[in-house]
Amino acid sequence: MNIENREKLAKELEKKANELRIRIIQMIYEAKSGHPGGSLSIADIIAVLYFHFMRIDPKNPSWEDRDRFILSKGHTCPVWYVALAMRGFFPLEKLSTLRQINGILQGHPDMRKVPGIDMTTGSLGQGLSIGDGMALMGKLDKKNYKVYVVLGDGELNEGQIWEAAMLANKYKLDNLIAIVDYNKLQLDGPTEVVMPLEPLADKWRAFGWYVIEIDGHNILEIIEGIEEAHRVKNKPIVIIAHTIKGKCVSYMENECDWHGKAPNKEQFEIAIKELGGIKLCK
Amino acid sequence: MQMIPTREAYGEALVEIGEKNKKIIVLEADISKSTRTIYFAKKFPERFFNVGVAEQNEMAVAAGIAATGKIPFVSTYAVFASMRACEQVRTFIAYPRLNVKIAVSHGGLTAANDGVTHQATEDIGIMRTIPNMTIIMPADAVSTKKAVIASVEYEGPVYLRFTRDSVPVLYDEDLKFEIGKSIMLRQGFDATLIALGDMVSKALEAHNILKEEGIGVRVLDMHTVKPIDKEAVIKAAVETGAIVTVEDHNIINGLGGAVAEVIVENELVPVKRIGLQDTFAESGEYEKLLTKYKMNVVDIINAVKLVIGRKKYAKK
Repeated sequence: MNIENREKLAKELEKKANELRIRIIQMIYEAKSGHPGGSLSIADIIAVLYFHFMRIDPKNPSWEDRDRFILSKGHTCPVWYVALAMRGFFPLEKLSTLRQINGILQGHPDMRKVPGIDMTTGSLGQGLSIGDGMALMGKLDKKNYKVYVVLGDGELNEGQIWEAAMLANKYKLDNLIAIVDYNKLQLDGPTEVVMPLEPLADKWRAFGWYVIEIDGHNILEIIEGIEEAHRVKNKPIVIIAHTIKGKCVSYMENECDWHGKAPNKEQFEIAIKELGGIKLCK
Repeated sequence: MQMIPTREAYGEALVEIGEKNKKIIVLEADISKSTRTIYFAKKFPERFFNVGVAEQNEMAVAAGIAATGKIPFVSTYAVFASMRACEQVRTFIAYPRLNVKIAVSHGGLTAANDGVTHQATEDIGIMRTIPNMTIIMPADAVSTKKAVIASVEYEGPVYLRFTRDSVPVLYDEDLKFEIGKSIMLRQGFDATLIALGDMVSKALEAHNILKEEGIGVRVLDMHTVKPIDKEAVIKAAVETGAIVTVEDHNIINGLGGAVAEVIVENELVPVKRIGLQDTFAESGEYEKLLTKYKMNVVDIINAVKLVIGRKKYAKK
């Protein structure tokens, strides 16, 4: 792809990311509950995956050769639900049923209720193990699908993440791409205060992983990071995406308080204005 | 009488089934020589994955594997599968109803001289409270193979519990094994022994001794604790009027609990539960442990007489 087309693509994906953000705010506001902070911090990454890289078929959600996606930080499923609805896995109108009784959009994603959800998640520290299992079978069956796992930084506190990291190294799972949403805030405070992760890149390298670091809000960097990940052979890949929790809603940015609460009417209007007032969020 | 640990039969069954069914995948947590998955590992190394001493990871990896359409067997000990990795089983296997078979050795006191750390005596209770879970403990080597086959044919999570120590072979190869359908090993109308796993052979011994005393005891092999064979339990209550449950597990929430639930909701008859009386055991030889913790043949016999006595008392 030449530079011109690449920039055009980035512009389109930025628009998608912005639409994701507007719909995330809308659905959490309507549900009066949900997790906006971590949904907004991965909106750009989700836009790049779901509107560019991922080989999926909304008409056939369980297509055997599809790329897999696991949202290990399952509480930020609003962004996933929006992406799936925008890709046509289910009607956009369903987004207003988030967390409501008899709805399909559970507070944390349920693979048996929502088409396009490859794995139930929500309890932290599990997605990488699940990704290992899917990637192992991809290798065994000589399929060329990729397995993308989005990890929260807080859940890296879980020991099981590192059990899974060792296993991926053992079996050289180069079809497994973990993306760490490194917004540096977990529920109780900054990651370095609650449970220091640094030196994070070195930790992954020590576990045998190929490490790529990007600005998780720069669409071109995200694209290049994933392209680089696709070229890696014989190693699992982790993309450490430096992000901002609550990105693009001024009063939510870098605020732990917005980990898991819904905006009130006034806050909702401010957020929508900020997201719509400027055409592209940058 | 031929004596075989059911874990041994499991290891052999995996190879037989693995030969025919290429969807079978085996996960192991560094104890393949003990769980006997080593036989499968040698025959089908490409479908065998040793995850190291990491049972929580093992369980979630199995969920990922099952989500691709394969049938993973997760091997470890019962204590670790049910407690170390309990939430992984509950949230990532049972909740999404993934087709994972959790096949565990060292059920109950058969872990014997390994001591309490390796004796799973709460695992059935834990698994039983998890929706979508099926729980099977076969009584011998023959029914173990049949149980493994049946669990592959069944779509959904299954917990298969095996013994470390040897147990007598009770069945012929022509045994028909169906999940959720108990097997009547002996007919009788004075009381019913409902037994599980390694305790089925003990129940049969009790039956023989009681028979000599003129007491006819029905013996049911309740290999599937969940879903329990309600029909057979109610029938036993109606036809024999007294029940003794026999299990190598805490009497709380295991087979005895499951049977008692059916009884109190359907057909009230005297029930006595043989098993660990809500205590931890200790290291020791299997037979000696059963005797010390009042789970051996003599205890079963006494329990049968007790419930029969209560039955007569109730009728007055």
